[in-house]
Formats: sequence, C-alpha cells, structure tokens
Amino acid sequence: MAPRALEITRGWPGRLAALCVAGFLLLPLCAVFWRAGGAGWPGAADWAAVRFTLVQAALSAAISAALAVPVARALARRRFLLRGAYVALMGAPFILPVIVAVMGLVAVFGRGGWVNDLLGMVGLGPVSIYGLHGVVLAHVFFNLPLAVRLILQGWQEIPAERFRLAAQLGAGPAEVRRLLEWPMLKRVLPGVLAVIFAICLTSFAVALTLGGGPKSTTVELAIYQAFRFEFDLGRAAVLSVLQVLMVTGAGLAALWLARGESLGAGLDRGVDRWDARDGWLCFVDAAWLVLAGAFLIGPLAAVAWRGLPGLALMPESVWPAARASVAVALGATGVTIALALSMALARRGWVELVGLAPLAASPLVLGAGLFLLINPFAYPADAALLVTLAVNVVMALPFALRVIAPAVAGVESDFGRLADSLGMRGMARLRWLVLPRIRRPLGFAAGLTAALSMGDLGVIALFADPERATLPLMIFRLIGAYRMEAAAGAALLLLILSFGLFALFDAGGRWRADT
Amino acid sequence: MLTLEALDIVQGDFRLRANWSVRTGERVALIGPSGAGKSTLLSVIAGFFAARSGRVLWDGVDLTGAPPGRRPVAMLFQDGNLFPHLTAGQNVGLGIRPDLRLSPPDRVRVAAALERVGLGGMAERKPASLSGGQQSRVALARVLVQSRPLLLLDEPFSALGPALRAEMLDLVAELCAEKGATLLMVSHAPEDARRIADRIVLVDEGLAEPPVATSEAFANPSEKLRRYLG
Repeated sequence: MAPRALEITRGWPGRLAALCVAGFLLLPLCAVFWRAGGAGWPGAADWAAVRFTLVQAALSAAISAALAVPVARALARRRFLLRGAYVALMGAPFILPVIVAVMGLVAVFGRGGWVNDLLGMVGLGPVSIYGLHGVVLAHVFFNLPLAVRLILQGWQEIPAERFRLAAQLGAGPAEVRRLLEWPMLKRVLPGVLAVIFAICLTSFAVALTLGGGPKSTTVELAIYQAFRFEFDLGRAAVLSVLQVLMVTGAGLAALWLARGESLGAGLDRGVDRWDARDGWLCFVDAAWLVLAGAFLIGPLAAVAWRGLPGLALMPESVWPAARASVAVALGATGVTIALALSMALARRGWVELVGLAPLAASPLVLGAGLFLLINPFAYPADAALLVTLAVNVVMALPFALRVIAPAVAGVESDFGRLADSLGMRGMARLRWLVLPRIRRPLGFAAGLTAALSMGDLGVIALFADPERATLPLMIFRLIGAYRMEAAAGAALLLLILSFGLFALFDAGGRWRADT
Repeated sequence: MLTLEALDIVQGDFRLRANWSVRTGERVALIGPSGAGKSTLLSVIAGFFAARSGRVLWDGVDLTGAPPGRRPVAMLFQDGNLFPHLTAGQNVGLGIRPDLRLSPPDRVRVAAALERVGLGGMAERKPASLSGGQQSRVALARVLVQSRPLLLLDEPFSALGPALRAEMLDLVAELCAEKGATLLMVSHAPEDARRIADRIVLVDEGLAEPPVATSEAFANPSEKLRRYLG
C-alpha cells in the first residue's frame, strides 16, 4: 500500500492544544525558577526531603516489582474462574482516590486495625503505619497492580509456540525460567522499576497523610509545607527546582525504558503451560494470588465496612465539597477529552510528545508556579477550583492520549483512504467516521480522567482556604480533626462517586457501540 | 480524457513509469504480476500518493496536488469500502455530501441508486447484515451517486466467488455505459479483463505500457504478456 504522501488534514486544533499545554507546563516553571533565583541554597531539611523522596521511591519500586513477579507469573500460567475479574481488579487502584486508599490501609494496618488486632492476639506489639514504612506500604498498594499488569504483559508477549516447543523438549519449570522467563523479565523489569520510581517521586497525598515530620517528608510535601505553614515562597521555589530536576530525569528515564508499554489490553488470554502442572507450583501460585488479592481488596472492604455507619455522621459541609469535586471532575473530563482528541487527530510526533510531557511534571511544582503567577493579581484561593481543574487536565492528559491516539490511528489506517476519496474532512470526518468508531476508548479515557480528577488531592491543598474544599480535601480535614467516623463515611462517598463516574463514562462509550 | 504525462513514480527501490492516455468512456484493465505497481498507479491517479515527476491530467486540467476528494475520481479499494457503523443508505449518501446533510431530493437519489443495484428497501441495513455481494452493490450505488467521470477499481471484488465477481463486473460495465464513465481497473484474472475491458495495460518491469485493444492483445500477445500469462 502506498504511504500517504499528500497532506490531507492540517490538524491546527491539535497543534494549538499542544502549544497551550506546553505553555501551561513551562510558564509556572519559569515563575518558579525566577522566584528561586535570590532564595539561597537548599538547607539541611531540604536535602533530607530529597533523600527521603529518593529512598521511599526506590524501596516502593523494588518491593512492588519483586512482589509483582510471582503474582504475574501465577496469572500468566493459571486459568481460573474470575481470572478476568482479577485482572480488572489490578486496574482498579489506578482510579482509586489516594485518600480513600489511605483510609482503608489505616483501617487494616493502622493502630486499631485488623492486622494489629491479629498481632495482639498472638502477643505481638502494635506496629505503626506512619513514617517510611507506611508511605512505602501505600505506594506498594498502588503500584503492585501496575507492576503486575506490566509484567503480565511481558509474559503474554512470549509466543505460545515457545512454551509448546519447551514442553516438546521436556523442559521443566527451571529450564523454562532460564530459557524464556528470565530473559523477558530482564527486558521488562527496568521499565517497570523506572515507571514506579518516577510515580513515587511526585507522591504528595500519601506523604501528606502517612508521612510528615522531619524524618519522612517528600519534596512534594515540603513544597506544600513551605507554602502553608511558613509561607516561604522562596524556599518553596528552591524545593520546586530540586523536584523538577529529579522528576524530569526520572520521567525521561521511565519514558525511555518503558517505551511501547501500553495500559494493557488483551490480558485476559490464557496460555497452555505444560511445565507448570506440578501440584506444589499450583499451590504456590494460588497462595500468591490469594495474598495479593487480599492485600488489594482488604483496604477497599475496610472503607466500605467503616464507611457505611459513617455516612449518617457526615457534616453538612461534605455536600458542597462533593458538588465541587463532581463539577471539577466533569469540567476536567470535558477539557481533557477535547485536548486529547484534537492532539490525536493532529497525528504529529511532537504534538503527542507534548501530550506525554506531564508524566514528567510535578503537580505541586505546577501549583507553586501558578500560585506565584496569580498571587500578584488576585487572591489565589478564589482560583482554587479552577487551578485544580487545569492541573487535573494536564495530569490526566497523557493517559487519555495513550488511550485515544492509537484508536484514532487505527481508524485512519483502516478507513482514512476511503474518507479521503469521499472528501470527508473536518467536522464531517469527525462526526461520521472518527467519533462513532472510537466510542469505546473515548468513554474509557473520559472515565479515567473523571475518576483521577474526582480523587485528586494535590494543588487544591495548596490553594484552598477554609471556605473551599473538594471532597478529598474535606476528608483530609475531617481526619485532621479526628472525626474518623465522618471521614470514613465521606471516603465511602468519594469511592462511590469516583468509581461511579468511571463506570458511567465507560458504559456510555460501550452503549450501543457498533464497533 | 485521462492523460498520464511522463509519470515517474518512485518509492524506495520501486520505480514505475507511465506515459499514455485513455479516451473518455473507455474501459481499461491493468494487468501484470503482483508487486509490479498496478495499485500504486491507481493511488497516484486518485491522489493518495505523489509521483516524483510528471503529471496526471483530466480533460487537460492538471490534477497534480489536488486532494483525493477534489478529483473527478471515484475509487473502490480491495476492502473497507463501506463504513461498518453507518447504514447502507448513509454509506451511499456520503457520495453526495461528505457531511451527510442530505436534502429530500438527495434522499430520493440514494434510494434510486440502491434500487438500481438491486438493493431496494435495504437502506437501513448495516454492512454486517449484508452479504459480500450486497456490500459490493452498496459501494457501487455510492459510485453511482458520486457521478464522477473516472472510476478506479483496485480489485474490490477479489473476495467474491467467480460467478458473483462476473455479475459485479457486468454491473460495473452497465453503470459505466449509463454514465459514460471512464474505467480503470486492476485485475489479476485475465478472464475479467476479457469480460469487461476495451483495452489492457500491461504493468511490468517498471513500466506501464500504453493501452492495447484487449482482443488484439490476447490474440497476438507480446513477449512480455506471454511471459505473464504463462
């Protein structure tokens, strides 16, 4: 087939969108660098934050990946009822609000939690969930499933014929590991480690709730503290510069090492494995699957269990916060989808690169820069929800783009020539060709964006004053006021709203879709 | 009249030249081994691929650089000639207006075209609920409403059985005769060329040779054609 040498679409909306996104990422950065100029050299506390950030990110990445290997192996070589549901469960933490997960983890692992109850019965002292191990625990909770999905993808990319050949040659589990599995892991694991390391560098909400104190403060959290408690804009700017250097480096490394990894479709396929029929191996796989499943479902169950009675105890102020969150989430979804769609339609490499760039950005640095830009002209708290919406848009954009862009490219390669020959351009092409054919990925991307935005606890903490809050921030304040029952109720409400929005958009994309 | 003026098509190692014309209303079959560039030549005429040098002219007007939708060309591809998410009627309607804003007279034309290809009353059906032959007929109905003077066929019927393919070619011949359209079709089967084409073009060894009358070409084949026919 002849390549498309003639220019058909100009794609200016996508290029304009890319310029806007680039500007939105770079302008706050410039403000931060400019403000950091005269603010002096980072102090001991700042370096401690850098050290803690690197250590917790490295530990989180290593533990997540190490635990994910046996779980992914079990999923790769076992077929069982609900395997599809188990794989879907591995996708759930991605759209789970951090504050909700933290509530659940505290309920399971915290001072009065289930694990400590068990330990108490056998006479072991209570373990605390706060500090380094709490932060790492929460990060493993969020990133173990991601690691499982990425590694499982690696496993499923090993052609089924190779396992057949290995069985034909009489290879046992050890030989299969050496011949097929270990080479795959050597190829996949660096990317997995880099992605999780980069994600954990920008951790804010986890550190805010489970960390804190001079010994367990991430840079992201230190920026927040410099703002809220010391109102030391210079120090916040210096910290932001440190964070930008770390995050950009790690983000670029992750993008480079993990290139070609998708969000994982088609993981519900099973491969015949003659080498793994041994009873002991079956038991080991089952044990890993049960443990990982319990680790993921336990906190969610705890949120529901503790939240139900709490729903009645929620203060009135939860409802305006919930309304604000839904409004921000819907607004962010609309803008994100419009940006991602126009950028995908432009079909240019640099446009897509700009769309992925926020993966290497820090929300709190972005927020700090926006604060510096807004502060001279207006009261920043007045713009709290708008800024939250905008930051949510850019942070969700890479994920939306990675879902939508391949779908658009597929439509163009399947039907582009026919549409060209019929002269379908601009809106006509969008309405009658592209939109009807990408409904499912579009709905999925919208669901992801809405849930991410709904659960976000980031820049809003930087900007909001006591009169304003999103639902996640309201939960954080309830926890801070030791109103745990009310917080548990609000967390359940947030969980329902986040998953509900996701399910609504996702189902909307599938509803009566012809493709 | 379609004129290929000193066309020189280059794509990596591949090269194809053509320098000839076809009179309005003629039906021409392009034959030759696979990979010789028959489809690529149609792509250049349809505007999907730019030649390195030379021009494509229709009735003396230079088409070089015009986008595919603006050329006097209707084209059917090997597959994917219908949008699966649109009804037969909508697929045909796209040939009248790419934005599907059809006026009542337009709708009458769509219905008449479907009637003409033997699919009266099937306008609301989607391609998935039509047979392969019926899908080809929908595509031909769209060609009919497009009313473009030049029709390019890149083996759109190759997935059909021999009898159905012959039926479709006869329908194409009828439609071309009714509209006075010029036809250029890629063919792998010499009997197809015999059935429908006035003249044939042999595409081989980097050259699309000037058209030769079909009967004469097969009665008295050149060295190259003999080698291709075997």
